[in-house]
Amino acid sequence: MPLLDIAELTAGYGGKTILDGVSLTAERGDIVSLIGPSGSGKSTLLRVLIGLTPPSAGTVRIDGTAVDYGDAAALKQLRRRMSIVFQQYNLFQNMTALDNLTIAPIRTLGVPRGEAEARARDLLAKVGLADKAGAYPAELSGGQQQRVAIARALAMQPEILLLDEVTSALDPERVGEVLDTIQALADTGITMLLVSHEMGFVRGISTKVVMMDAGRVVEAGSPAAIFETPSQPRTQAFIKAIIRH
Amino acid sequence: MTGADAFFTLDTAAFLAGALARTLWMTALGCTLGFLIGATLALLRRTRGRLLAPARLLAGLYVEAFRRLPFLVILILVLFSVQAVAPGLSLLGIATIAVTLAATAYLSEIIRAGLEAVPRPQVEGAEVLGLSALDRLRFVVLPQAWGVILPPAAAFMVMFVKDTALASHLGVVELAFAGKILVNKGVSPALGFGAVLVLYALVSWPLGRAAAALEKRLAPARHR
Repeated sequence: MPLLDIAELTAGYGGKTILDGVSLTAERGDIVSLIGPSGSGKSTLLRVLIGLTPPSAGTVRIDGTAVDYGDAAALKQLRRRMSIVFQQYNLFQNMTALDNLTIAPIRTLGVPRGEAEARARDLLAKVGLADKAGAYPAELSGGQQQRVAIARALAMQPEILLLDEVTSALDPERVGEVLDTIQALADTGITMLLVSHEMGFVRGISTKVVMMDAGRVVEAGSPAAIFETPSQPRTQAFIKAIIRH
Repeated sequence: MTGADAFFTLDTAAFLAGALARTLWMTALGCTLGFLIGATLALLRRTRGRLLAPARLLAGLYVEAFRRLPFLVILILVLFSVQAVAPGLSLLGIATIAVTLAATAYLSEIIRAGLEAVPRPQVEGAEVLGLSALDRLRFVVLPQAWGVILPPAAAFMVMFVKDTALASHLGVVELAFAGKILVNKGVSPALGFGAVLVLYALVSWPLGRAAAALEKRLAPARHR
């Protein structure tokens, strides 16, 4: 049974359909990358999965159990198993890096403060920011903020991590440090669903690549299959346009 | 006794002190209650459930209506409404209710704007971490909204110290009315109203300073 099973997921805003019957699965430990042009629904898919945008149809199953996105308790349960990192980091501006990492474990998981802080310091060390525990987000570079954001998502000990274009807002020089962090994470066996425009990175890290366009899955397969022998004309055109540069 | 002789007496001092106390009482109690009720209305207007839709509408109507009414009109409305249901209530009590009603509307709008100044992604960041609505408010939204709410809220309250002078129309012997009474008794206007001016300044100035200090201390947590 796949860890994550998405079937015919549909969603939109104000009468406009953004996701149009998306189906895909991820096994435990899979690194699934979503690629495709802007506006193809990749980020919306992640927002629906984490419960920020309500789906209008379709189901999401985790370990075989369907998620009820209309139910607050179910959402709370979901967010213990699934975490998201945003393009713009969304770190709490009024808290230090350490507090950003401990607030949710303390308040939603009931972890004692001492334990939460010890774990948070561990995580900050893992993303190479052990010395920034007391820094406020405004005092950190974009790359550092994004690594804190990744550590914050990991502090919830999720089984599934969603990464929404986490390097798109960064200075080109800072992209590498964040990608290194994600690579290190992939090696721990966590299941990831990521949206990225860093094609070399996607190709190297993914166990599965999903090509999306106009709210639908065009095709899915191994990185080699998608990048070298795509079967759909839309994928071929997209890959060709990227490789040209 | 006329002029300066009549002015520099213990009686006059006590009279002015009483008037000052009434001015401060109306402002402090009215604005505190107004802040609390206003905050409640602002939070109510942020809710999303369908169940609370009528309450949201009423809260919105209240805020919009009372911000558009001159304070003097609110005073008179309260006077006649209260006299119909509770004729025993003092004029000071009636004026305090009027201050509360006006302050609620203005402060509610200031608080609402402050809460909305916190970027949506900050709230979403808290939401996806599973923080409850109350925790999101307490740990993420309010600490960041304070710096935006406080300056205009404090300015409003300092301003309202002076607007309570309108309660003299009801017959509440607050500071401005006290000045008029003194002058009617024969104290020279320069002395009578001069004393009132000094007292208003003595109250407003430290209040303004306190607000500025608080603002400095609370606002830029993020830039420490």
